[in-house]
Amino acid sequence: MLALVAAHLVVAGLLPLVSARSTRAAFGVAAVLPAATLLWALANAGAALGGGLDETTAWSPALGLELSFRLDALGLAMIVLVSGIGAVILAYCTGYFGAGSPDATRSAALLLAFAGAMLGLVLADDLLTLYVFWELTSIASFLLVGQGGERREERRAAVQALLVTVFGGLAMLLGFVLLGEAAGTYRISEILADPPRGGLVTAALLLILLGAFTKSAQLPFHPWLPAAMVAPTPVSAYLHAASMVKAGVYLVARLSPAFSDLAVWTVPVLVAGVGTMLVGGWRALSATDLKRLLAFGTVSQLGFLMVLFGAGGRVAAMAGIAMLLAHGMFKATLFLTVGAVDHATGTRDVRELSGVGRALPGLAVAAVLAAASMAGLPPLIGFVGKEAAFEAFLHGTVENWAVAAGLLLGSVLTVAYSARFLWGAFARKPGRDATETHGLGPALTIPVWLCAAAGPVLGIATPVVDAEAASYAAALPGDPAYHLALWHGFGVPLLFSAVALAGGLALHAARDRLAPLADRSPLDAQRAYERTIAGIGRVAVGVTGRLQIGSLPAYLATILVTFVLLPGVAMVIAGAWPTAAPLYHEAIQVPLAIVVVIAALAVTRARRRFTAVLLVGVIGYGVGGLFIVDGAPDLALAQFLVETLSLVAFVFVLRRLPAHFTETRPSRRIRVPKAMLGAVAGFAVAVFALVLSAARTGPATTSAELARLTPEAGASNVISAILVDFRALDTVGEIGVLFVAAAGVASLVLATRYDRRSRGAPVESGQSTPQHEEDVLG
Amino acid sequence: MTPPDDKPFEEWDRPRQAWMLSGDCRGYRQRTLLLEMTTRALFPTVLVFSVYLLLVGHYGPGGGFAAGLVAGLAFVLRYIAGGSDAAVRVRPPVLIGLGLAVALLTALAPTVVGAPVLATTKLALDVPLIGHVETQTSVFLDVGVYLLIVGVVLDLLRSLGAGIERDMRDAGEPR
Repeated sequence: MLALVAAHLVVAGLLPLVSARSTRAAFGVAAVLPAATLLWALANAGAALGGGLDETTAWSPALGLELSFRLDALGLAMIVLVSGIGAVILAYCTGYFGAGSPDATRSAALLLAFAGAMLGLVLADDLLTLYVFWELTSIASFLLVGQGGERREERRAAVQALLVTVFGGLAMLLGFVLLGEAAGTYRISEILADPPRGGLVTAALLLILLGAFTKSAQLPFHPWLPAAMVAPTPVSAYLHAASMVKAGVYLVARLSPAFSDLAVWTVPVLVAGVGTMLVGGWRALSATDLKRLLAFGTVSQLGFLMVLFGAGGRVAAMAGIAMLLAHGMFKATLFLTVGAVDHATGTRDVRELSGVGRALPGLAVAAVLAAASMAGLPPLIGFVGKEAAFEAFLHGTVENWAVAAGLLLGSVLTVAYSARFLWGAFARKPGRDATETHGLGPALTIPVWLCAAAGPVLGIATPVVDAEAASYAAALPGDPAYHLALWHGFGVPLLFSAVALAGGLALHAARDRLAPLADRSPLDAQRAYERTIAGIGRVAVGVTGRLQIGSLPAYLATILVTFVLLPGVAMVIAGAWPTAAPLYHEAIQVPLAIVVVIAALAVTRARRRFTAVLLVGVIGYGVGGLFIVDGAPDLALAQFLVETLSLVAFVFVLRRLPAHFTETRPSRRIRVPKAMLGAVAGFAVAVFALVLSAARTGPATTSAELARLTPEAGASNVISAILVDFRALDTVGEIGVLFVAAAGVASLVLATRYDRRSRGAPVESGQSTPQHEEDVLG
Repeated sequence: MTPPDDKPFEEWDRPRQAWMLSGDCRGYRQRTLLLEMTTRALFPTVLVFSVYLLLVGHYGPGGGFAAGLVAGLAFVLRYIAGGSDAAVRVRPPVLIGLGLAVALLTALAPTVVGAPVLATTKLALDVPLIGHVETQTSVFLDVGVYLLIVGVVLDLLRSLGAGIERDMRDAGEPR
């Protein structure tokens, strides 16, 4: 499974080579891998529905980090969406993106990388692995929604999606750590088998739910999803209908079997879920952009799914699986339909479209099938799911009935916006001429039909879905005799379905009076988001203005005072003072130390920058000499080399700086405190070194271990063995830091030139003249 | 500037880099022939020495970091002798990226055979003429570090050295 996930990412990296030749071919190539994944998953369906399929790769065994993957019923259902719909949408892209579209190159690679991240997410059996893929999907979605970043709308929407989902993701990471520590394992399957309890778990679950709610656009985090509709339609279809936004629902579904008996889990899920379903459905009624309408529909459906998976009953969970599949299929169909309509007419505004159904009858039929599934009409899979959902909550307590009533109201809205979609996209509006259309190629219509056909096929093949859902829901309490079916006889669920249909159609009939109402919503979460961001910006400006005052001495003083006060006081209180510290080990140390001390004192007296730099160099070389005396040639070598290089870098920079530190000597009032602070800080460092070296009473166990292991690592140089073997991960991290530092320096220096080139303004060059250079270099 | 391939024998020693040629490659005032000639001898020597440091790192002082710095200093010397005309053809970010990529691939490669990330093993082979050679796979990580450090130093030369020089030239200031 790791290989499969990795293959997605690798092929995505290589795709630009293909798209340089032909963007269409790139999408075609990209579609192969998800299709193969789907076939692989279906071939392993038996094992997945049975015990599940495991695969673990050790990542860092000492830390308990591993890449664990597991294919089970829930994973299988998600792969059908992620890979199945992914393949269809990539095929659709070959028709959607023009051959010369500049966005296509990036989109092909990103969509495939996204599919890989999503696949890793649904297969992950380790909380940390899951988190990594979770954030990868956020980043991929940021890049996909932002596109070229040339339009303000795109940038704003992409940043909003990223901020909201990453904020939740970080909270979720904290929750994962708490949960993992409470359970003693990060393996999801082990946590599910033996769920931990306690106060920590309560906090962990709330944090995890925050992650799930932001990712799945639950109240009050939902506005990013409709805003993200600025992305190209296939991207919206894939990210925001089929896969990414399902990640939160998936997480709730994944953890529900273990925690749905806790009120801290079910109450937020049920409240947010029902609320989201109603708000999303209500807002969809006033949307005039077809994609926006669908986006609010998605928000509403995500709330519905949240309720079903979070409730923790067997029947509800089975309904959840059915609705999960149904929603992926019908929402993908509808999005792709909008893309095709947009392609054929050049608009997707409800108020401009008229008579498209007559011009594109095939597309209209596919959309009707999908919308019927969304509205919950038999014999489609959406009907099966909705019946089971009503059945799950029509028993027992008042809370259950309240949820059922909420779902009924939500379903009424669902029917209403389904009707609004069909009417808006295809109906002939009175008093408006038919919109001009041109024909559509097979690449745009066949994928729509494939997705649309899934509705009735899955509806008729309900037993297959039932087996899948039963396997997932087996661990949950509830009526074991219930099965998903098209016909359960006359009962309250059927009555509810009928009420939903009638109510929804009535709402649609009254659309002219309703739309202005739906437009006004008492709670504007989008405005709340904007206020929050603006507030954070203001706070940041305030803090920066007070802390970053632009004076290096002030910064240094802050650092030194903190350093002296905090660890200094702690050391005086708790430090272990050395009993007998010899002044020196070797005679040669004395002259070296004297050189260093003299150079250090001289630096403070230096008035020319160049002199100061040279003296700092002397200190560095002196310290290097001390390293040699103490038998650390490795350290000394590095010290000498770094010292030389920094000297060179200093000289480069000095060319642009005044030769002297200050033109006028500062007054005593400034100089004396400065000198005192410097002296105290220096003294503190020296005492630190003494105290810390005295803190070690015997040879540390690790050094003995290192000495023993070094020959095993094939090295006779223990420093090297540490750097590239025992602490190799640190080394990789450190060179990453170096890379960032080099990039930072280069951009800071080169940025000024870029500025000038773009504006054509005259060059502002410091005071470097030959005279100045001679001043500096002496 | 480059001499033709069928140049006469007596010109075989003619330097190929522009900065080593006589003529107006740099403001004549700053030219120091001694430094240029020394650099010409030292530059390849130091590079070879840096490779030695890289390979010997496992058994004595050295390693990718030190070796990279030594190689970088060779380029610094060349820059000081020849100015920005002596800049190398390869762009620093490419070297840095290459180094990072090599290091990361080294880190991930063990997972292919099911070993943990960054695991190392001994490589031993008998090379004709040289004899038995053994080294650690971790030397590849060192190679990555080496490339990255050289790239960082070249980046420094490009931005702080030549960058500032070009700023001054653009400003019409004499050097």
